Amino acid sequence: MHDAYKMFLGPVHPALEEPIFFDFKIVGEKVIATNLKPGNAHRGIEALGMKRNPIQVLYLSERICGICSVSHASTFSRAVEAAAGIEVPERADYIRTIFCELERLHSHILWAGLLAHEIGFHSVLHYGMKVREDVMDLLEYLSGNRVNYGVYVIGGVRRDIPKEKHEKIRQSIKYYNAAFEKFKDVFLNDKTIRMRTEGVGVLTKNDALKLCAVGPTARGSGLNKDTRQDWSYLAYGDIGVKAQLPSQVTGKINGDVLDRTIVRLLEIKQSAEIIERCIDQMPKGSLVSEPKAAVILSRLKNAEGEGIARTEAPRGELHHYVRLAKKEVVDTWKAKAPTYNNLMAVPVMMKDAQIADIPVIICSIDPCIACLDRVSIIEGNSGKSMNKYDLHELCLRKSEMFGKIERGHQ
Amino acid sequence: MLSEIMMIPMIAALMLLLAIIVGLFFLGLDRKIAARFQSRIGPPIVQPFRDLVKLLAKETIVPDNAIGWLFNLAPVIALASALLLILYLPFLGVAPILSGYGDLILVLYLLMLPALAIAIGGFASGNNYATVGAQRKLIMMLSYEFPLAVLVMAVVWKTSSMFPDLQGFTFSTFMQHPVLTLVGPVGGFGVVLLIVTILIALCAELIKGPFDNPEADTELAGGVLVDYSGRNLALFLLSDAVKLCAFITLVIGLLLPCSLGDMFSSFMYTGWLAIAANVVFFFVKFTVIAILGLTFVRVAFARLKINQATKFFWLVSAGISLLGLLLISLDSMM
Repeated sequence: MHDAYKMFLGPVHPALEEPIFFDFKIVGEKVIATNLKPGNAHRGIEALGMKRNPIQVLYLSERICGICSVSHASTFSRAVEAAAGIEVPERADYIRTIFCELERLHSHILWAGLLAHEIGFHSVLHYGMKVREDVMDLLEYLSGNRVNYGVYVIGGVRRDIPKEKHEKIRQSIKYYNAAFEKFKDVFLNDKTIRMRTEGVGVLTKNDALKLCAVGPTARGSGLNKDTRQDWSYLAYGDIGVKAQLPSQVTGKINGDVLDRTIVRLLEIKQSAEIIERCIDQMPKGSLVSEPKAAVILSRLKNAEGEGIARTEAPRGELHHYVRLAKKEVVDTWKAKAPTYNNLMAVPVMMKDAQIADIPVIICSIDPCIACLDRVSIIEGNSGKSMNKYDLHELCLRKSEMFGKIERGHQ
Repeated sequence: MLSEIMMIPMIAALMLLLAIIVGLFFLGLDRKIAARFQSRIGPPIVQPFRDLVKLLAKETIVPDNAIGWLFNLAPVIALASALLLILYLPFLGVAPILSGYGDLILVLYLLMLPALAIAIGGFASGNNYATVGAQRKLIMMLSYEFPLAVLVMAVVWKTSSMFPDLQGFTFSTFMQHPVLTLVGPVGGFGVVLLIVTILIALCAELIKGPFDNPEADTELAGGVLVDYSGRNLALFLLSDAVKLCAFITLVIGLLLPCSLGDMFSSFMYTGWLAIAANVVFFFVKFTVIAILGLTFVRVAFARLKINQATKFFWLVSAGISLLGLLLISLDSMM
């Protein structure tokens, strides 16, 4: 038996786009145990949000993550609208849908490039970056911004997409469809890419179900699961979205990195189609339910209730929970990102992997650590982070303390 | 007489300097052309020179858990052996300076030295990433040496069977009688297969493209070189440049030693003009091989896993080289 040695990956490593810590036990080149520890990108955004009014929090929610900024804004605004009972005009729903899908497009194209980067295929990385740039340009053309679009407001959208802008969108969609064909050709037919992705990081359907995997990670394992299909929201109900499964292309489901790649590539095409249909079917009407922000704000101040919203973000199902309690500020706000579910599947995928597979597998779930890190428990200024056993210990001590106080009173 | 004795070291020194400059230039050219393939602008061609100057000015850090003397010695060995290699090879298309003091077998051994030095440096740095990288480098070496040995045997056997009175293992013999001129069409195809083999080994030797597992930036964060910095890293950069020169010169010397000079001499042009023509022709071949063998391969493939790379060398690459050998021997039977 060879000696096992430890290898750490992160928090800073070329294979990782964001800080997260992995701890591997390795024999030779083979991974035998995986452990992971997030918490390096925690910024306390939810705590900040609970000191502000919902309209201010909307801007904050966009800044949870640069790539899923639309998803967070979309989910938060829908949660607040649900809590306060605000109706959104139909046209606004369509415009929101277009932005959601544009975000999915640029996220998936960027991801395809990143996967190629992880396996050392830099030509595809640069092609992906080039194609993505066009999506970013389109987003800038429509919203005025490249990253945080600021299009969402509570009760509608800020900017219209008038008829004059449709032509440019259609041109871009043609471009993405061409890019999809090229990506499909590269990822399905290139021998070296197949050698690196086929049979790597297998997540069986059963495991995906048990670990509550979401988004393309779940669909790559054959789970017919898509929030847009199962819990339709925005304009998706009118358009009719079907979950994309790898069996549509290859005829079978292996649950490996290649399957997750195929799902994301199919979603590039699907997103382009959805945007096109949104433009075709876009109804007339107002953009916001109430044009005056002050009126909305006073309604929100006096509202009481809970709202929960779920969105199919590029990486999977995103939840936001909001409670309003007749206060100036948001009473409770909780965001749960898809990476929270998918990261749990990584140790399972790492079974029998080689060192060379590690970055590919991590990349294959498209981790978004900025979205994921919603909590980080640190003891004082010592820098020591606490795990669930430490917390349990703390809880016991606190109970003991309360017991003493009660006894003292008696 | 004295001047003649002084002449050889001076030419040697000049040649080594030229090898460094040419190597760094081609590293830059490789990056530039790769960038153009990937629709990027890319760094200026002189970027490796700037990198070198920058690295030399930077602090050299030796990690606490490294074996200090070995860690510092490895880059020196890598550069020294690569430079020595140049002196045994027909660089610039002229006969090797040290041709009387060693032959092709020595060159084959010298070829392993820079690779070994990199592996030793990796092991000495005491970093897990570097250790894995060093293991990979050794495995790669074991893999690509066999096709290379077959190739050398094929060329030497063909040349020495045609000219038994000449020394078989020297580059001057190959230069007098290029192997392509000795074989018929079948053997010619065999030689082309051998060129393919050596171009595949080129990437592995230089830790580039699909065979850069020892350094694999996304897996091992630089692998064998992860702990190197400052002057030591500059020495590795230099040895990279010289290795590039040496290996491509080896390809030219073994398989494509045809020179323009002979043609010129038949037209009564001799002396400096013929030498200049030779050098120019050498660089034409050099550029073609560098771009075909290195840049094209680098941008066209993903990195292989170490087991896939090993399998590839032992099955495909070794197979191609053996087929080449077979075709050349068939050719001489016909």
